[in-house]
Amino acid sequence: MALVPLSLLAAGCGKKQNALAPASHQSQDIATLFWWMTGVAAVGLGVVVALLLLAWIRSGRRGAGGDTQGAKPGERVGWYVVLTGGVLVPILLISALFVIGDVFVIRTTEAPAAGSTKRTILVIGHQWWWEVRYPGTSAVTANEIHIPARTPVRLEVRTADVIHSFWVPELNRKIDTLPGSTNEIELYADAVGRYRGDCAEFCGLQHAHMGIWVYADPPAKFAKWLARQSRPAAPPTGAQASAGRAAFLSGACANCHQIRGTSASSGVGPDLTHVADRETLGALTIPNTPSYLHDWIRNSQRFKPGNQMPSFNGLPEREIRDLVAYLEERK
Amino acid sequence: MAIATPPTPAAEARVERLEVMWQSRPGVLGWLMTTDHKRIGLLYFWTTLVLFGAGGIEAMLMRTQLIKPNNDLVSPETYDQLFTLHGLTMIFFFIIPMTTGAFGNYLIPLMIGARDMAFPRMNALSYWIFLASAIFLYTSLALGMAPNAGWFDYVPLANKTFTPGHNIDFYALAVIFNSIASTLTAGQFIVTILKSRAPGMSFNRMPLFCFAFLAASFGLLFALPPLSADNIFLFLDRNVGTHFFDPSHGGAALLWQHLFWIFGHPEVYILIVPAFGIATSIIPAFTQRKLVAFPLVAIAELLVVFIGFGVWAHHMFATGMSTTALIFFAGATSMVVIPSTIQVFAWCMSFVLGVARFKTPLLFIAGFIFMFVTGGLTGIMFVAIPFDQQVTDTYFIIAHFHYIIFGAAVFPIFGGMYYWFPKVTGKLYFERPGQISFWLIFAGTNLLFFPMHLVGLLGMPRRVYTYPGNLGWTTYNVIETIGGYLTLVGILVLFGNLVWSYLRAPAAGPDPWHGPTLEWVTSSPPPEYDFAVIPKVSSAYPNWDVEDREEDRRKLASGVLLLDQGHEQVEVTPVDGWLSRTVEMPHESPWPVLLALCLSLVFVMLLLQHFAIAGLMGILSLLTLLGWHSKEPQEA
Repeated sequence: MALVPLSLLAAGCGKKQNALAPASHQSQDIATLFWWMTGVAAVGLGVVVALLLLAWIRSGRRGAGGDTQGAKPGERVGWYVVLTGGVLVPILLISALFVIGDVFVIRTTEAPAAGSTKRTILVIGHQWWWEVRYPGTSAVTANEIHIPARTPVRLEVRTADVIHSFWVPELNRKIDTLPGSTNEIELYADAVGRYRGDCAEFCGLQHAHMGIWVYADPPAKFAKWLARQSRPAAPPTGAQASAGRAAFLSGACANCHQIRGTSASSGVGPDLTHVADRETLGALTIPNTPSYLHDWIRNSQRFKPGNQMPSFNGLPEREIRDLVAYLEERK
Repeated sequence: MAIATPPTPAAEARVERLEVMWQSRPGVLGWLMTTDHKRIGLLYFWTTLVLFGAGGIEAMLMRTQLIKPNNDLVSPETYDQLFTLHGLTMIFFFIIPMTTGAFGNYLIPLMIGARDMAFPRMNALSYWIFLASAIFLYTSLALGMAPNAGWFDYVPLANKTFTPGHNIDFYALAVIFNSIASTLTAGQFIVTILKSRAPGMSFNRMPLFCFAFLAASFGLLFALPPLSADNIFLFLDRNVGTHFFDPSHGGAALLWQHLFWIFGHPEVYILIVPAFGIATSIIPAFTQRKLVAFPLVAIAELLVVFIGFGVWAHHMFATGMSTTALIFFAGATSMVVIPSTIQVFAWCMSFVLGVARFKTPLLFIAGFIFMFVTGGLTGIMFVAIPFDQQVTDTYFIIAHFHYIIFGAAVFPIFGGMYYWFPKVTGKLYFERPGQISFWLIFAGTNLLFFPMHLVGLLGMPRRVYTYPGNLGWTTYNVIETIGGYLTLVGILVLFGNLVWSYLRAPAAGPDPWHGPTLEWVTSSPPPEYDFAVIPKVSSAYPNWDVEDREEDRRKLASGVLLLDQGHEQVEVTPVDGWLSRTVEMPHESPWPVLLALCLSLVFVMLLLQHFAIAGLMGILSLLTLLGWHSKEPQEA
């Protein structure tokens, strides 16, 4: 029962958020460890089930009355089994597990020391989205991390409010974000691709919608991407986008969002300088298309009830369209 | 001692005298003022059963919400309240009070040959406080402000900044209030088990059930203070403006987690060790063989709780603690495995070496062993720190601890309900529906919890009110929900069977199973004084010592160790069980229920932030204690 769906799961689903479809040496080590532990555990469970079945078969021999007086039949055998199965074997197996897991595997998953990698990325958890900064550049983005493939990257994780937990299972184990301190973890991807992650620590109403994508790009593509993200926003091109810009800067948007190169510089919500580059809205809640963006501005509470952005359903339709036109140019 | 057939007219007269002396007041007043451990046990039983129903409804609502992606059966806010209440209810308001409050209260005096607990009024007080704390917690649900930050309630999410409503104040106060009840029960059990045993019951002759409850009680006594301190800090941070958990003012958010889990991990063993006790009662009865490796099992029961105090930080492996600290706690965690494996093999070998009769109680114990080993094996996996850090806070962990808490704590509770049903009601139960209920619950829980391992490995975090449909989680969630409903049906069959058996089944007699321990010596249901003559004990399986039981009958006829001159019970030396004296036991008393009422007012006033009135109510509680002590009976 246990092993069949598990093996299907490792083979088939892939490229989702699957701890058993590793894409880094860290995740690979953990997955290998898991399969070994599961194998040994299955044997252990098998022994116990076999003993219970043996008792069940023996109980079929009716008529043999129990011995409730004096002697305890087979007590010596019982002690041998208890001492072997209950003390000796577990001590050996657990010592082995301890050494493999906590001496060897832990080295690959350990947090990298500052300066040990070429690049450090800062990830800050917010209720309920991820802010991503690239120290040394002015790039700021949200809910998407781009890294160069096959290059170790050191992540510093912090929180702006409550405890979150940063977790991209195909790349590495998870790490909590704690108020007042910084934690570290390494991100490394074996191959170019996109890896999904989630907030794993309950952080309030919209904990369920706090996803993140990690893009492992070819190094050249990554460099280009980072250069583009570091630039301030280009001016709007058409009349509608210009109207949108005016609406953005004079309206409620600028109270919370930053667009570098304009007067909007608040850090409450995600930086929107290059929002049109991103694939989703609301931390992987909905796709980032013009029509979804329109609906999100009008009624974000419908998609993500309780999120910190009010629904602007009082805004005139024309103004929302202007805003969408302006934001769609933020590439 | 089946008092239905006293051997001589003199004995009959003595039994009648006991009847009169120990008689309860009739009607509701009798229940309000009762100090009888059996009545208090039954009050605990019915109350926790109602709360089990509440926790179960919460679980089924969550499972129904998760049956499909992007479901909107309940709002995110409601869902958060549901999983928080579910955890709080099942742990603090079902399993602990069901095992200690109901099973422990009813059975420990019967198993050690006592007439009541050592402090009967304190025992009553613990029940009334427990009831009040349950009403207090569930009032929050009626007001729509139930606790909503998870049962481990991490700050800063639980701070006033992020949860401004009264939700968390209800949490902090209800948990403190409830732990007063648990502390009273624990202290009570320790003294009763150490001092009120029948003469001759030295430590090595004590039933394993009592070892288990002794271990759990010591666990509670040491685990609850850090929890209460934690909640006092939280209440002060929220309402008085202290900064225990606020790093920007010199506090530490992790302090909450450390104090919580210093309580929280021993708590896991406090939940399951009494269940071990139930298992070690049922196994000898249904294999008709003394338990294999008795001394090892007794030591293991105590050790598992003791080592359990040194492993708390394995709940915090992802918080970024230093690697050295992680490895220390992983090492301690690996040690706690040994006492558990000792017990598992001792149970299994008793099955093999005895003659196992797979009646419903033993089926539940076999199921319990299967579930406990499965959950234990995934538990051992967390010794490997990187693996723990990979799957913690996902459905894998939910699967693990439900195998332990439902499989290893609740299965024996169900088995125990069947096993002691004849003792408590005087009726047998119907076997076939009993076995059906077991198989439904066994299949249901495995369908419910096993796929959670898989969906956790597939990346599903815990405590999400909904999930996207494209991550391959849907099928597993559907199976889990079906398993949930199957479990529900099984539980309904179980209780339906017990109700039907109560109404229609034949009488059980004092000892339908040929059970090993003293509760099977007395009649079913036991008389108010439990035993007419304090039973003679010369082994850990006294009901199987036929000669001792003959001697009890002779003693009844001759009037030795009857204690029929007053409302009395014996007191023994703690280790050797030598008779040291007889003590006068208190009668029914109104003070426990009054004191619990005053304390409830203290907590209500704290919630409403009328601190001065709360103080006044505190003084009123102290005055109640004066009344209580003015009635202290003179020692004989």
